[in-house]
Amino acid sequence: MKRLLSRNETLVAITIIGLILLIGLNNPSFFSLGNIFTLLRTSVVTGILAMGVLIVIVSGGIDVSFTAIAVFGLYVAVKLMKAYMPDAPIWVGFVIASVVGLGLGLINAFFIAQFRLPTLIVTLGTLSMFQGFLLFAIGNEIIRAVPPSMKSFARAAIVRIPMTRGTANLHPAILITIAAIIVTWLLLNYTMLGRGIYALGGSREAAERAGFNVTRIQYFIYGFVGLLSGIAGMTFGSLARQANPQDIVGTELNVIAAVVLGGAQLTGGYGTVLGTVLGVILVVIANSSLILIGVPTVWQRVVIGLIILVGTGIPAIQARRKGKRTVGLADI
Amino acid sequence: MAKPCVGYLFSYEIFSKNHQSTYLRSEWEFISMADELLRLNGIYKSFAGVRALQGVDLTIERGKINCLVGENGCGKSTLIKIIAGVYKRDAGEIIINGKEYEDLHPIDAIREGIQVIYQDFSLFPNLTVAENIALNEELANGRRLVSWRNVNRIAKDALAKVEVDIPLKARVEEMSVANKQLIAIAKALRQNAQLIIMDEPTSALTEREVSTLFSVIRRLQKQHGIAFLFVSHKLNEVLEISEKMIVMRNGRVVSSGDRSEYDNARLIFEMTGRRITEKSYDFTPDLNQPPLLRVEGLSAEKVLNDIQFELRRGEIVGVTGLLGSGRTQLALALFGMLPTDNGRVYIDEEEVVITSPQDAIQHGIGYVPEDRLTEGLFLEQSISNNVVVRIIDRLRNSMGLLQTRQVKEQANYWVEALSIKTSDPELPVKTLSGGNQQRVVLAKWLASKPRLMILNGPTVGVDVGSKEELHEMIKHLAGEGMGILLISDDIPELLQTCNRILLMRRGHISEEILPKETNENELSAKLIEE
Ligand SMILES: Nc1ncnc2c1ncn2[C@@H]1O[C@H](COP(=O)(O)OP(=O)(O)OP(=O)(O)O)[C@@H](O)[C@H]1O
Ligand SMILES: [Mg+2]
Repeated sequence: MKRLLSRNETLVAITIIGLILLIGLNNPSFFSLGNIFTLLRTSVVTGILAMGVLIVIVSGGIDVSFTAIAVFGLYVAVKLMKAYMPDAPIWVGFVIASVVGLGLGLINAFFIAQFRLPTLIVTLGTLSMFQGFLLFAIGNEIIRAVPPSMKSFARAAIVRIPMTRGTANLHPAILITIAAIIVTWLLLNYTMLGRGIYALGGSREAAERAGFNVTRIQYFIYGFVGLLSGIAGMTFGSLARQANPQDIVGTELNVIAAVVLGGAQLTGGYGTVLGTVLGVILVVIANSSLILIGVPTVWQRVVIGLIILVGTGIPAIQARRKGKRTVGLADI
Repeated sequence: MAKPCVGYLFSYEIFSKNHQSTYLRSEWEFISMADELLRLNGIYKSFAGVRALQGVDLTIERGKINCLVGENGCGKSTLIKIIAGVYKRDAGEIIINGKEYEDLHPIDAIREGIQVIYQDFSLFPNLTVAENIALNEELANGRRLVSWRNVNRIAKDALAKVEVDIPLKARVEEMSVANKQLIAIAKALRQNAQLIIMDEPTSALTEREVSTLFSVIRRLQKQHGIAFLFVSHKLNEVLEISEKMIVMRNGRVVSSGDRSEYDNARLIFEMTGRRITEKSYDFTPDLNQPPLLRVEGLSAEKVLNDIQFELRRGEIVGVTGLLGSGRTQLALALFGMLPTDNGRVYIDEEEVVITSPQDAIQHGIGYVPEDRLTEGLFLEQSISNNVVVRIIDRLRNSMGLLQTRQVKEQANYWVEALSIKTSDPELPVKTLSGGNQQRVVLAKWLASKPRLMILNGPTVGVDVGSKEELHEMIKHLAGEGMGILLISDDIPELLQTCNRILLMRRGHISEEILPKETNENELSAKLIEE
């Protein structure tokens, strides 16, 4: 019981419940099926991206270029579909976006693994590089006339429930997120590669001594993030029914915040899929529903920042209490 | 073990009497080959001009417990890294299990059953005990998927061999140093270890943990025929555990042989080339002077209970007790790193409130912590920068610029005073041997000339010869009027350096002892009695 209480996941879950109660009691429409389905639809893209970010953070790195990769994948996929196969089914777009994402991810991996450069520096660089290349070499106008398969995908639903006003629709894109969650969970917990990612985050030196091929693991990590970002980008475009090269970029911190709130530590080695899912839920609710209890939009960021501070601060203080001193004498 | 010895003597005699003993000689070689796990011939290794190893010859037999001793910087850790394949030798032969290795890679050493347990243990703090033990093996077997049942089975089996009870599901970061060590041993066993090498494994262990470690070592030797090579500066431990002694000096093995041939004095002599006699510190404080430090009723939740004592200028007061007796907590409290809930602290009869290390430093208190290797050194920076880092303000001229000449003078002075073994104080600290890095931490604090110096285990990891030099240094500083609180569980050290010893039990000072009125046996008996 004590163990359960001290777990980060429990803390996040309690916060979510508290927030839901607070919002729901003030505004009962929060609990409507329609709103819940909308919330799910809103968390689809963040959810996919968060899985990639989780893996990077567990390995002790950080990636901030994934949003640029996502929009790059989306834009290229839509442009190619429009130009060469306007009637192709939606999965073609997903394949193109994933391949593009994978390729860009491997560029990150190349710099990180071959030159041992700090991951933040590399991905900060590629973030503007990918974005700049997209705007100047591929296109900078918003594509509103997306291929018909994307339009119909946007209207698709796996569950339709008639309500007093209109219907509540559950979009199939949630299945992509669920798939990403399951794959990541299996990967991290049941493959040697996944354990290697934790090992790398725990101690790079020990991982090398144990015989992990750290270079290969890093190629996998950043490739995987790229691939997921491509998929997320395509999903985003399909839901929004447009390909805007300025979209998504700028939301990195939201996703990273969700992952960190879920218990992943930026120093590497810690983080779970369950925690990340909870973190995403928390951030999505805070982002889209605080307004329901009268928190103005401009204050939402402040509230989210507060949640992060408190959410990551409490475990750190608890750890210190337990006697794990984190203050070093070097810094006095 | 007796057999080849007999064979050797026998054949040697025949060989020297008549010159036709080829048959017997080859038989001896055959026997010796079978018992010999590792042989080094004329190993040389230099680092950018520093000759760390200068022709090391060494053999290690199967199933024997070997101890390697020598002064700081004589090349012990370097030798171990060469055996493990981590460093490439410049010259010499390495023969493992009868096979000569031109180019020894870490993986070769592991395949031959050589397992080195490094000081950082190469464990993953974020993973569970079970996974840490099983991971290498799973990897070596080329597994792609994780079978948690398998992981638990492997770990359980390994811990059963070590015969210790450690929760499999706990994270390694929650483990004590002693448990981490046992986990590392368990891991080594699963990889078919024939020889387990440990570099200063006991420097962070309590006495009880050391005796657990030793019984594990003895059992593994007896039941599984595993050989050990064990580096330590604590000669009493070395004499207790080892069957074969190997003494190094200046990059060479200068003496080796059966344990029975050695005693404390001979070991010291072989290591240092001189005999050491320390004089005790006779000091009677002037009771008319006010005390430098007066502590009254100091308490901290659960760990300190009504601490009361005085310390005068020029005194060296020892604080001892078992781990958990509160000896380190007392230091932390005085240095503002442990919140106290009661009590008063006076410096020069003026009450002071110390709630942070900054406060403590302001009042002229210095503290050299216990785990100096992780706290307080900038490893990539030069030795001299590390030495002066605390006194940088004093070395600035009126323009605020650092006076290079004075920095150099300071650095040279301390390198000399503490005999830090280096060819150039401008080299990064990480090029120093373990014991010499510790001296840099000491130098850094001593250079700041505090009024009251708290030293926590100042000579852990320091060789006997230098220990004496450090003790002289401490006495000299006290002679100049510094007050010194010396926390240690090294009994000879306490008796030789302190003029008073405070014995702590369960957070309380239970007794005050005068070194003149006691001896080693009596004090160590008092230390462990509950
Ligand atoms: N990476 C390195 N670069 C330069 N010099 C080094 C390096 N490693 C070790 N040395 C030097 O080699 C010598 C032997 O060092 P080593 O670490 O083997 O000593 P040691 O016997 O383990 O000492 P200690 O008891 O203090 O741990 C020392 O003079 C040290 O300064
Ligand atoms: Mg060493």
